[in-house]
Amino acid sequence: MPLHIRTYHELTEPDRSRLGDQIAAQRRRLAERLAAVGRVLVVMSGKGGVGKSFVTAHLARALARDGRAVGVLDADLNGPTVARLLDATDARLVPQDDGILPATGADGVRLVSMAQLLADGQPLAFKGPAAESFVWRGAAEAGALRELLADIAWGTLDVLLLDLPPGMQRFLELCDLLPAAPEVLTVTIPTPESRDAVRRAMRAAVERGSPLAGIVENMVGGEFRGTAGDDLALEFATPVVARIPWHPTPDTWHLLATRL
Amino acid sequence: MRFLCVECDRQMTFEERQLPGDGTLAAAFRCPKCGRVVAMLTNPMETQLVSSLGVKIGGTTVPAEPLEMIRSNVATGRDDAFTDGQLDGRTVGLSWSTDAQERLARVPGFVRGMVKKIYADYAKQRGIGEITPAVMDAARTELGLEGM
Repeated sequence: MPLHIRTYHELTEPDRSRLGDQIAAQRRRLAERLAAVGRVLVVMSGKGGVGKSFVTAHLARALARDGRAVGVLDADLNGPTVARLLDATDARLVPQDDGILPATGADGVRLVSMAQLLADGQPLAFKGPAAESFVWRGAAEAGALRELLADIAWGTLDVLLLDLPPGMQRFLELCDLLPAAPEVLTVTIPTPESRDAVRRAMRAAVERGSPLAGIVENMVGGEFRGTAGDDLALEFATPVVARIPWHPTPDTWHLLATRL
Repeated sequence: MRFLCVECDRQMTFEERQLPGDGTLAAAFRCPKCGRVVAMLTNPMETQLVSSLGVKIGGTTVPAEPLEMIRSNVATGRDDAFTDGQLDGRTVGLSWSTDAQERLARVPGFVRGMVKKIYADYAKQRGIGEITPAVMDAARTELGLEGM
């Protein structure tokens, strides 16, 4: 005779841990923080080394020069580069009553990056057992991303740019954290290899309901040959908003800023 | 995660949490009807998973500090990542005994500002004028800060 055991959802008595409520409170805190942000724009690509961070930093600077209040969150927790690109490597973070003040980088762009939090030359390492760390490391990185979004006192922003690492994992974490699937700006280089990798990422973004803000084709006019930008634009019915040459000028970035 | 006393068909209630310092966690739950107590013991991997989520078994006693999960869990943080900023103002009217200052100085710089604020808030809320190691111990126990 099997025991009669009520299921989890059949238990209705109060639960002091209220883990679900704790998670819900985290989400509310994040949503409240981002309520003062006019637009969240994720810069992503399925391909590494195509210049996402470079595009993010220069787009942020161009938007700021055009008079917008701009923030950048470096969501590449393991390979953060935005702080250096925005000349804020040595900037310290200042705790305040309502959160941590972001650093201010070139052209007044507000930013936070794991590079500001990690000791020089050290990888992002968490305390905890080394064996089978894959079990909890993803949760730790998602938790860090949540805190960087919710606990930084961004203030009122016209645009918050999120610079993502290659691949889809961070994007999927963002979709779970944010109140709505974020708008996506895709970066590719012209090659068919990049196109194929970026296509998968764009497909995942569309499937999660993210609006597409356009495609930036980077490193154009050099050794990388192909039509990735146009191919993806046609396939996803979204424009190529910029073709960035090997030696872009401020005008290149200004033009991109005006198209977004 | 919930615990059910099958014999009484009653959900067990959280009783106490202990962090013995070896990366494991013990949480005790009691049946409100028959009084039976069971302990949930998590291994370091499971304990870390819960910590990574930024939640506390047994519930929260104080609001989370900004970047608390990062500051508590990152092992490679830089000592000077944060300035004290407005936190200096929080300690006005409070003094720290020499022993308490020495103990605070042993906290890694990456997390020291946050820990200092937690102790300062604890003392101010209770009208305590001087923070001593005994006050720090009481705060750790009362606020569930065993891991800090």
